[in-house]
Amino acid sequence: MTTAIRELVAAGPSANVDEWMKGKTFPLVEGKNATLVWRGDADEVRLRHFIFGLETSQPLARIEGTNLWYLEVEIPPRSRVEYKLEVRRGETNKWIRDPLNPHRAHDPFGANSVLQGAGYTIPVWTQPDPKARAGLLEPFSIHSEAFGEDRRGHLYLPPRFRRTRQYPLLVIHDGSDYMRFAGMKTVLDNLIERLEIPPLIAVFLDSPDRLREYANDERHARFVTEELAPRLAERLPLLDTPRGRCLMGASFGGVAALSTAVRYPNYWGRLLLQSGSFAFTDIGHQNHRGPLFNPVVSFMNAFREDPKAISERVFVSCGVYESLIYENRSLVPLLDETGMQVRFVEARDGHNWENWRDRSREGLSWLFPGPLLMIYE
Amino acid sequence: MVTPTPRPRDVVLLGAQRWDSTLGSVVRGLDCDGPIALITAGWRDREDEDEELRNHLACKTVNLRLYHRSDEVNARDGDLAKAHRAKQTKLRHKQDFYRIRLEHELAANHVIRQRRAPPEVLEEEEGASVAAIRALDAYHYDQCERIHQEFEEAEGLYERPVIKEHREQLAEALAGCNAVAIAGGHVAALLNRMRLFGIRELLTNQSVFAWSGGGMVVSERIVLFHDSPPQGPGASEVLGAGLGLVPGVVVLPHPRTRLRLDDRERVGLLARRFDPAQCLAFPEGAHVTYQGGELVRPSSVIRLRRDGSYAPFEADPSEGNPGDGNSGEEQPT
Repeated sequence: MTTAIRELVAAGPSANVDEWMKGKTFPLVEGKNATLVWRGDADEVRLRHFIFGLETSQPLARIEGTNLWYLEVEIPPRSRVEYKLEVRRGETNKWIRDPLNPHRAHDPFGANSVLQGAGYTIPVWTQPDPKARAGLLEPFSIHSEAFGEDRRGHLYLPPRFRRTRQYPLLVIHDGSDYMRFAGMKTVLDNLIERLEIPPLIAVFLDSPDRLREYANDERHARFVTEELAPRLAERLPLLDTPRGRCLMGASFGGVAALSTAVRYPNYWGRLLLQSGSFAFTDIGHQNHRGPLFNPVVSFMNAFREDPKAISERVFVSCGVYESLIYENRSLVPLLDETGMQVRFVEARDGHNWENWRDRSREGLSWLFPGPLLMIYE
Repeated sequence: MVTPTPRPRDVVLLGAQRWDSTLGSVVRGLDCDGPIALITAGWRDREDEDEELRNHLACKTVNLRLYHRSDEVNARDGDLAKAHRAKQTKLRHKQDFYRIRLEHELAANHVIRQRRAPPEVLEEEEGASVAAIRALDAYHYDQCERIHQEFEEAEGLYERPVIKEHREQLAEALAGCNAVAIAGGHVAALLNRMRLFGIRELLTNQSVFAWSGGGMVVSERIVLFHDSPPQGPGASEVLGAGLGLVPGVVVLPHPRTRLRLDDRERVGLLARRFDPAQCLAFPEGAHVTYQGGELVRPSSVIRLRRDGSYAPFEADPSEGNPGDGNSGEEQPT
């Protein structure tokens, strides 16, 4: 139990809660312990979080005679845990963000509160840097024969782009989400400015039906490899080697990246797979994740049965608080066996965009080492 | 090519100029009113984008365009271009193998420092470890220099028509300038082009202003460094010889982002590796002048010390100014 809450609990009904709260930042974090605090009138308050392996719902206790609720949780150092509070008043249940916690993480569904373990800081290279030159971002639309309709996204040209140079190509699945929730445009600007990655051209690609198109869909692989990449190469100075081409994706986007590379072996020489939804079964094809995963399971089972080197370097990351850690850990030795260079990074984080943001530097700088040792401007 | 050449009048080493441009005031402080020859080959194909620099200097300037000249050399003299590529390939391999051995030696030093042992044993073994690193650095330096010299001699570099033609043009341009400003950028690209045209031998009595990577290239030994790279241990490595306009100094620009000055082990090891040369860090705004064989008028320059500390560099000969022979024997600290 954190010291601060122990004092308040000991004071009991006579506690001066207003006084106690002054000057404190919430949640209270002391070493490995954290205390979540909520204040208000309610019949029940529960913590709702997304940590695999723990109860997803835990009740907060009210200090008798007060309207202050609290819950002790373990928070290993440098962890990030996204959560909400569920507040019940009579028959009404509401999931809310923790009003005392200033840390928020956004995603396509809204925002969560973030509990930061001791030692966690938002990496400085994820924040806008006024000294960093900015790349150019422009929307694009391309007609896909594979899909029979247009596909949209954003094209990123690096700062000081020149047609006389040749650039690697990075194709990012769920591109708009990577930009909005993982700050990927800022990340690219900063890493290029710091010389940690070379200037590169990125495509932030969007899909109107990602759960279908990213789940080992032949049309998507054909679109990305036979349509998008060649057409970009016609109008932009791209490196024409596998090591100059990277597919990146998270969750189902990771499946899209891996399955595209499997369909076009040795075309995409770099893969960056974050928390890939690599569901598989060891026997039969029934999976507990539901029918959306059926094509993924078929693909992964086949790949696991006969894994082949399909790229040169593969960076895999996953949060230890997400259920997919099992699938990702299981995948790494298989990738390794094929002779590809594989790097696997685990983080005390969950299935969320800020986890993917925080791991992007390590992944990108390993896949595309920058010239920082050679350039001193 | 080893020919006795006059040294430049003054050589001013400066920190990075992008955000805190002190170059103009330093130039004017030396009563240098141009014309100034610009070397921006470290910017590679952006070599000509020097408008900001010219505006800052506010005097007549001539860009020597070494990068573009080297492109022309390659286009006109295919044999030389082929030999140059072969040399570069050899150097890259040498750098790779040096790096492999260096990382092991540095790791050994780190392990030795963590071990518990009688102090005299620890001191002796740690000293031997540093000596091994120094020997490796020196070996690599010599190897690189040998490869460069063999190339220059085998190809008769300065006798080749296209090189002679450019050198004559460069000599004429330099003769009309009383200073040379050398920008940073890609140090290997910059160094290679300055060597290709024998710029050092073409300098007569011009003052030289060199910042960031430019400062590294005019020193006598180029050390590549970054203490906190996103990958790897951040091992500082010797690239090879510079032009040697400023002897006895290892130039370390961008210390705020590239050096962990609070890490005494790293700071001390770097200082001891290159002793008796002085490891001098140049934050933005820093500068020092090499004049008459001594470093004078330092401003904001930081000296890394053998004991792992760092301090403002002061132009005091007792501190071990370049060329004063105050090397000290290798002592573990």
